[in-house]
Amino acid sequence: MEKLKIRNRLAKDKAMLWTVCFFAALTAVPLFAILGEVFLRGYDQFSWSFFTEPTPTAYKAMKAIEAGKPIPGGIANGIVGTMLMLGMAAVVAIPIGILCGAFLAENPKNRFVQTVSYLTDLLQGTPSVIIGIVVYIWVVVPMKGYSAVAGSVALFIMMLPLIIRSTEETLKILPASLKEAGLALGGNRARVMLKVQLPAAFGGIFTGVLLAISRVIGETAPLMFTALGCSFIRFAIDKPISAVPLLIWEFFNDPNLQELIWGASLFLLLFVLTLNLTAKYLAKKWNQ
Amino acid sequence: MNDKLYKILLFVAALIVPIVCGGVLYALVTDAYEAFEYFGFFNFLTSSEWSYTEGAEHYGALPFITGTLMTTLLALVFCIPFSLPVALFVGEYFKGSKVASVLSTVTDLLAGIPSIIYGLWGFYTLRPLIMALNISPQGSGILTASLVLAIMIVPYAASLSAEFIKMVPNDLKEGAYSLGATRAEVIRKVVFPVAGSGIFSSYILAIGRALGETMTVTMLIGNTNNVPDSITSTGNSMASIIANQFGEADDLRLSSLIAIGLILFLITAFINMIGKIMIKRARIA
Repeated sequence: MEKLKIRNRLAKDKAMLWTVCFFAALTAVPLFAILGEVFLRGYDQFSWSFFTEPTPTAYKAMKAIEAGKPIPGGIANGIVGTMLMLGMAAVVAIPIGILCGAFLAENPKNRFVQTVSYLTDLLQGTPSVIIGIVVYIWVVVPMKGYSAVAGSVALFIMMLPLIIRSTEETLKILPASLKEAGLALGGNRARVMLKVQLPAAFGGIFTGVLLAISRVIGETAPLMFTALGCSFIRFAIDKPISAVPLLIWEFFNDPNLQELIWGASLFLLLFVLTLNLTAKYLAKKWNQ
Repeated sequence: MNDKLYKILLFVAALIVPIVCGGVLYALVTDAYEAFEYFGFFNFLTSSEWSYTEGAEHYGALPFITGTLMTTLLALVFCIPFSLPVALFVGEYFKGSKVASVLSTVTDLLAGIPSIIYGLWGFYTLRPLIMALNISPQGSGILTASLVLAIMIVPYAASLSAEFIKMVPNDLKEGAYSLGATRAEVIRKVVFPVAGSGIFSSYILAIGRALGETMTVTMLIGNTNNVPDSITSTGNSMASIIANQFGEADDLRLSSLIAIGLILFLITAFINMIGKIMIKRARIA
């Protein structure tokens, strides 16, 4: 009787282990299913013209399909738009984010610091579609039109909390003796921050910036109401502009362009996952 | 640069966060005001009509609030059987091993996939599957959207839960082992009670993620403006109605959409705040 009970408990233990392993392994299935599908359906669209030519019109695409030829053109307008907006957003978000992160890490926990810290979390948790609405109200309505500036403001708001958090956390785990040594040598606070703390925290902050970029580069919803989209390559910042995720959304909704979905998705996916893996690798290297 | 100037510079940079947050709230409230004034606040929340025929315009948020709650809760239900094993795998069974780091890389990558690509995958792979299994005739709907949402929130719930499971003190576990408990019993009787509140809070934050997810839901929920009556029926979530109609809306409809945005903003802010407070408490305990 006693023996049976023990055997029963051991069997339960084993069953639990196998269940955990089984379901944990099952979680990897969607990743490979998604990667596999996007890769298999998208890789043959990669060509020189896919990256150098703008999106074709629906009419041109229809003609090509009728003639049994591959759809001409590519996603160059989206790539240019994404890079332009991302660049503008990053140029503003990185310095402000680092300063703000330094503020949170340097100051004692008084009420203002706690409020800023809480609001950073609030901003980070705000759904991206709402940021799209707000930037529409702030920028698109006063400027009387969709523009690359509006899109980059939306991306800026989404990047900011991520950079603030990674800067704050990295600065906080630096040994206090580092800062104290700098101050003891006669440097003032600004000098110690610039010459000692920030260089020491560079790895962590850089990783945070990479993750922030990879997080916003695939954002579609906020760009729909701000950047709108554009079918040719354009560098003007006060006019509507395209972006790679916007193009995917466009292709998804236009039956004539559906063939282009997978190439554009594969490009976006490769970009995001490479950034992610690089950040993870750098974080690991930096931690050692 | 002297210390005073440096302090002022940091302070000014930090001011941008409250300014942006205040600006978000201000913009949403002023532009949503028209809809709330026209329909009445509670009427807007409880009305299930969404019609834009000229002259008889009527907008209510109930179908979308229901749609959001249904997809989110269903996604949570589907997410638990996967995220909990992942958390146990990474945080307890294979803590610190190579397999665990491979699995956490896999979940990190899942978290990195853009939502529009999840939507494509759901539309071209999962939707035909659901049609083939005869679960629903059109394939898209609450169920399809929740299934993909569940995959999207697994990484968030799992990585945070794993962190709390890792923090369970070894002497507590060893105490149980020394009394002859099996590993399964240690997990059930020691790990879960100790890490429970942390695990719970990680699911609250996962809910916060799922509430505002836009593109995936827009592509999979079927986009009909009625209160969904079962999990296989089509509907719209608060985020998806905004994504669908914001570009073409004006006047009262635009204001109504912004009002829905305001409600969504407040709900997510509330859920995230509760989650953060609970996490802080769980970390101290």
